[in-house]
Formats: sequence, C-alpha cells, structure tokens
Amino acid sequence: MAERRAKVMIRRHSAVTRITHWLNVLVISALLLSGLQIFNAHPALYWGAKSTFADPWLSMKKVEVGGEPRGVTTIGGHSFDTTGLFGWSGPEGAREQRGFPAWATVPSWRDLSAGRDWHFFFAWLFVVNGLVYWLWGLVGGHVRRDLLPARDQMAPRHILHEIVTHARLQFPKGDEARRYNVIQKLTYLSVVAGLLPLMLLTGLCMSPGFNATVPWLIDLFGGRQSARTIHFLSASGIILFIVVHLILVIVSGLWNNLRSMITGRYAIDVEGDRP
Amino acid sequence: MTVDRRRWLAGASAALGSLWLVGCDRLATNPTFTGVLKVAEQWTRHAQRAVTDRNALAREFTPADLSRDFKANGTMRPGDPAYLALLAENFESYRLTIDGLVEQPLSLSLAEVRAAPARTQITRHDCVEGWSSIGKWTGARLSALLDRAKLKPEARYIVFHCADTLDPTATDGAGVYYESIDLIDAFHPQTILAYQMNDGTLPVRHGAPLRLRVERQLGYKHAKYVMRVEAVASLDGLGRGKGGFWPDRGYHWYAGI
Repeated sequence: MAERRAKVMIRRHSAVTRITHWLNVLVISALLLSGLQIFNAHPALYWGAKSTFADPWLSMKKVEVGGEPRGVTTIGGHSFDTTGLFGWSGPEGAREQRGFPAWATVPSWRDLSAGRDWHFFFAWLFVVNGLVYWLWGLVGGHVRRDLLPARDQMAPRHILHEIVTHARLQFPKGDEARRYNVIQKLTYLSVVAGLLPLMLLTGLCMSPGFNATVPWLIDLFGGRQSARTIHFLSASGIILFIVVHLILVIVSGLWNNLRSMITGRYAIDVEGDRP
Repeated sequence: MTVDRRRWLAGASAALGSLWLVGCDRLATNPTFTGVLKVAEQWTRHAQRAVTDRNALAREFTPADLSRDFKANGTMRPGDPAYLALLAENFESYRLTIDGLVEQPLSLSLAEVRAAPARTQITRHDCVEGWSSIGKWTGARLSALLDRAKLKPEARYIVFHCADTLDPTATDGAGVYYESIDLIDAFHPQTILAYQMNDGTLPVRHGAPLRLRVERQLGYKHAKYVMRVEAVASLDGLGRGKGGFWPDRGYHWYAGI
C-alpha cells in the first residue's frame, strides 16, 4: 500500500504569542542597534565597580601600525586586526574611528544622545511587551503547557536522541511536531526567562538613580562595570540565539513557520499508517 | 553557486543593507519620531522618583576602592580670561554667588564655603559614555547653603553657572557650561559643592575651585568650575532652554539613567 501523506493544520501560536513575538522583533532590533551606538561612546569593557582604563578586558580602537591606521580589537590580552569591522571602519578613504561599524548602529553616524533616546524608549516598550507576555504566559498556561519540557522529554535518552537528530537537521514529524521539541523548549526558556530578564536587570544596574533604589542588585552582578559587561555578553547571547533561530526557521520549513507565527496555523505531516 | 548568482546575492544583500541604513537614519532624523522617543525621559524620571526614597543614598565605597586613574571629561582647563585670572591668584578673590529666588542672597569666599557644614563621601562617578571612576569628595552641603539663603516658595530648580566655555563656536551665548537640578536632588544629603578630591585640593581638571556632586545622576550633571548658584522657577530663558549645556544639545535633563 502506498504511503498516504496527509497534512493536518493545527493551531500552534496564540494571538498573544504572535503579537508579542513581532513586537519583540521590532523592539529588540532597535535596542541592539541603539545599544551598539551607546557602546561606541566608550568601546571598552571592564569587570568590577570601576573602569581600569589601562586594562579593559575587551576594547576596540584605532591603532597606527607603520603609519597606517588599523582597527584593533583586544580580548583578554589577545589583539586582533579588525580593520573595516571593529575600531576603524567605513568606506575606503572615509574610514573613521568607531567600535562597531555604521551599519550596526542607529543612527548610523555617531550620536550618543540619539542612541540613548532610542534605547530608553524601546526599553520601556520591551518591559511592557515582556510583562504582557509573562502575565499571559503564566496565567494562560503558555509557559507550563508549551515551554516547560514534559516528563518524557527530559529522559536523557530522549534528549540525546534530539541532539543527534537536530545535528542532522531532522525535525520531529507527526504527533511529535504538535509540541516544541525539548531543545526548542529549553532554548526558548533560557531566552525568555534568562537572557531577556538579564538584559533588563543589568541595564537598570547601569542607572545611578536605580542603584540608590535597589543597592543590592548591582552587587549581585559584581559592580557597575561588571553589569555593563554582562549586559554586553547577554546581548551577544541574544544575537547568537537570533542567528540560530533564523537558520532553524529556514531549514525546518520557512513558509510553514512564518505562517504559524503570522496566522497561528501550522501544518504537520501525518503519515497514513499512523493516523 | 555560480559566479552570476553569487554576484546577484551580494548585490541584493548590499541593496537590502543600504535600504536598512537609510530607513533607520530617516527615522532618526524625523522630528516627529525623535520627539516621540523623548517622552521616555519623563517616564523614567517619574518611575525612578516614584520607587526611590528621596533621601536614598548612592553607594559609598572605601578608600581601597579609589580609582588611581579618575578620568576627567569636558573642560580640562578653562581658557576663559576671568577664570585664568582667578586661577593665577589661587582663587583669593573668588566669590560663590547664591542668588535668584532667595530671601538672602549670598556671596561667599572659598574660606566661607569651607567653613559651611560639610560632608565627605567616596562615590562612583558614572559617565554617560559608560565608564566609571571612584573618588573621594569633600564639600559644602548644598542644602545647608540653600537654607542659609532661604529659598522663596516659587523656587523649583537650582541652576549652576560655570566659569568654562565648553563650546566657543556657539553664537547664541549658550557655549558656557551650566547645569540644573530639582529641589529633591538639591536637598539630597549627598549633594555637595566639592572643594576637595581624594583628600587634596580639587584639581583644575576636576573643576577647581568648586564642583557639584549630585551622586544619583550621570557625570555631566556634576557641573565643574561653579561660580554662581541660582534658584529659579523655570528653566526657560537659560541657555537654549533645556536646563543644561548637554541637555541643550540633546541629552536628557534627568540623567538618572
């Protein structure tokens, strides 16, 4: 008997998930671009409460090498030539000294006060959007139902199996596709419950006003310059997530994924012999 | 991938990239959009004021935490002739003026400022650029000076007029540094006019003879080279009307974040 393949449409994403997701796309893009603008005002990172200007753990600067300006990025004592990308970038002949290049900041030219205006406006939207998502996620059951791994998914054998099939870019089909797989769940959880709240808390800790309000929080991160460093690293983690997320969205069925995040409807293959 | 296709892809991504840049930059220069962004400053100020006790202190550190490389920003050495004359005679004839909406205007010598109720604190200085340095400051408590001058009930802000011209190219007279704070910060226990830094006389690059310390805000609020303290009802008519040298140039007046 020929294998009969049927497509079944399921409702995958609720309206709240879809709206907060696309708002987050907009808000986080603005926060990343304006955040790099702010970083560029002092493209160096430190640990502890204060800056040790001669010894940042990360810096991007312009250095003259044999009378030739080069962009040099230093991480933990190791220096890399990053001309054109970090430290010294821009079109040939019109290069300028800046941490991140023009295409990675908003506005593209150097303007700290404008970058701050963007950052703090979108930070408020980020907070409101996040509150709506979490309130609905906890009260409406999205977090428990869709994000917390089910007991069977946490079996070591299952996790190992998921890692192996993921590495081969094979994704669950049939009934298993009705829910997020365990790697998906743990990744989404670490973003919505880990990285995103961490961005907010470390961001607030860079505020001298907020430090006076909640003095113990900045100690938790090891001081203001540590908070700035963790803010940067956490943002890097978000960028890494976005890149991997976009790749997986494409390879696991771009149109189906896109449709599900726009209309909520997601098609799964149900094989004929396993109705 | 064929060369043609690769070239096409490179072209398409370059086109998309420049579209992206142009789009963001057009928004960044649209006055309606940038005006909307500015409302967040008020949300932040109201939120911070609402959740913070008005006398909540900024963290104070120990001598072991002091920065040995405390950075100076803005004016490093004012070129203004009046200031240079004062500097040449070690501020002998310097007078701190306290006036505006006060019952009892004051004109104090440095010795009189040093004799006023003082406070010493080791605090972290956070620059708007992102760096921090820790320093020890001793200075006259602004609240005590204002109590002596007796604010009139209509006073709402305290303005600090400085000796340094930071922007000599300003043709509208707004090139001289100034800053302003509200009465909550003006009467905060850590708000002082510092004449000592790290147990020594305040150096010129850090604002000699007097600089403001307003510890719950960013560095640019900490006006250096303070000559005159003025109580006002409104910030209109000062500089370009935004209440400070940097606020006049796009930065937030409330620099609590």
